[in-house]
Amino acid sequence: MPSLIDLRRRVRAVKNTQQITKAMKMVAASKLRRAQERIMNARPYAVQMQRVLGGLAARVDPAIHPLLVSRPRTADSKTLVIVVTGDKGLCGSFNTNVIKAGGNYLAESGEKCVLGLVGKKGRDFFGRRGFPIHFDQSGIFQKLQYEDAATIGKLAIEAFTSGEVDRVMLVFNEFRSVISQRVVVDQLLPIGREEVEGGTAGAATAQIDYLYEPSAQEIFNQLLPRYVEVQVYRALLESNAAFFAAQMTAMDTATKNSGEMISSLTLYMNKVRQAAITREIIEVVSGASAL
Amino acid sequence: MAGETAGSAPTLHLRIVSAERSLVDAQVHEVQIPGAEGYFGVLPGHTPLLATLGAGELWYRVGQVTTYLAVALGFAEVLPDRVTILAQIAERPEEIDTARAEAAKKRAEERMNKPAIDMDSERARIAMMKSLIRLQVAARARTRG
Repeated sequence: MPSLIDLRRRVRAVKNTQQITKAMKMVAASKLRRAQERIMNARPYAVQMQRVLGGLAARVDPAIHPLLVSRPRTADSKTLVIVVTGDKGLCGSFNTNVIKAGGNYLAESGEKCVLGLVGKKGRDFFGRRGFPIHFDQSGIFQKLQYEDAATIGKLAIEAFTSGEVDRVMLVFNEFRSVISQRVVVDQLLPIGREEVEGGTAGAATAQIDYLYEPSAQEIFNQLLPRYVEVQVYRALLESNAAFFAAQMTAMDTATKNSGEMISSLTLYMNKVRQAAITREIIEVVSGASAL
Repeated sequence: MAGETAGSAPTLHLRIVSAERSLVDAQVHEVQIPGAEGYFGVLPGHTPLLATLGAGELWYRVGQVTTYLAVALGFAEVLPDRVTILAQIAERPEEIDTARAEAAKKRAEERMNKPAIDMDSERARIAMMKSLIRLQVAARARTRG
C-alpha cells in the first residue's frame, strides 16, 4: 500500500498539472477569439475572388494562362504537397490528423511527391523520416501575416511554372466550429475550372462579355497569382483558428481528467488514512486489554 | 439607406473587401474607382467591366452623402447592378495614421532620391504611392470636419 505521504505528493503534482492545463486553455480561448475573427473577416475576400474568377474563367480559354493548364497524372508526374501543421503540440489530434492525411495522399497518389511544409510539427515528422522536402516554412504562426502566405504562394507558383512539379496540393485543417475541425485536401494548382466555375456568377452574366482594362491577359497575370496567395492565406488562417480550437478542447479535457484523477486519488488517500487510524486504535485497544 | 426602387434613383450593390476584412456592403447611387489606367465613375447600368486598381481615392455616393476610402492595388468587377472591389489595401479616412503615412512618404522619398544600388526602387515607388494616397484621403476627412 502506498504511504500517505506519497499519495499526498501525487495529488499535489496532479493539481499543478491541472493548473497549467487550465491556464493553457484560457490562453488558447483568447487566442482563438482573435484567430476566429481574422478568418471570418478573410472569408468574404476569398469568396468574392472566387466568384469574380468564376465569372471570368467561364468566358476564356484556359490556354490563356499557364496557371490554368492542367497536366496529365502519370507515374512520372510530380506533385508538391503542402501540409499545414501547427508550430506547437498539446492540441489533441490536430497535427496527427493533418499529417496522416498528407501521408495518405503521398501513398495513394501513385506519383512522385515532394513536400512543402508549414509549421514545426510537420517539419519534425516528415523531416525525421527523410521525405523529399521542397520548402519548409515554420514559425510563421506566431505572427501570421499576408506576406507569409504570399511567400508560400510564390514558391508554389514558381515550382509549378518552372515545370518542376505538375500539381500542387494543399492539406490543412479547416476551422468549422470550436469543437470541430476537418482536414481538407485541396488542389491549389493548376487552378481547376470546376473549382472556379462553382461561383454564383451563373447563367445571367455568363453571356455578356466584359470590357477589360487593361487587357484580359494582363488582368489574368495579376489576378491568378493573387488568387493562389489568397487561397494559401485562407488555409493558414483556417489552420491557425483550428489549432487554437483544438488546443482549447484538448486542454479542457485534460483539466477535466485531472479533476477526476484528483478526486479519486483524494478518496483513496482518505481510505488509506482511515485504515491507518483504525489500525492504530486496534493496536491501542488490544494493548490496553492485554494489560 | 436608399431602397431598391421606392421612387428614388436606381442603385448599385457595392461591395468592398480587402484581404483582412469586408469594408462596405451597401446599396449606393454612384461610385468612382481609381483604375490602374485612370479614374472612372460607375452609375447603375454600367457595361460589365473588369479592371485592375491603381492606388487612389475611391468614393461612393448614397443620396447626397459621399464617402471616401483609400484603396490600393487589386481588382474591380463592374456589372450593371453591382460592383465588387477586391483591394489589397482599403482604409477609411478615420483609420489612417497620418503621422505614419507622413513618415513612410519621407522614407520613400529618400530612397528614391538616393542612387539605388541595392535598393528596390519599384518598392519605394509603391510605398510612395500608398503614403500619398493615404495622406490625401485623410486630408479630405479633416476638411469635412
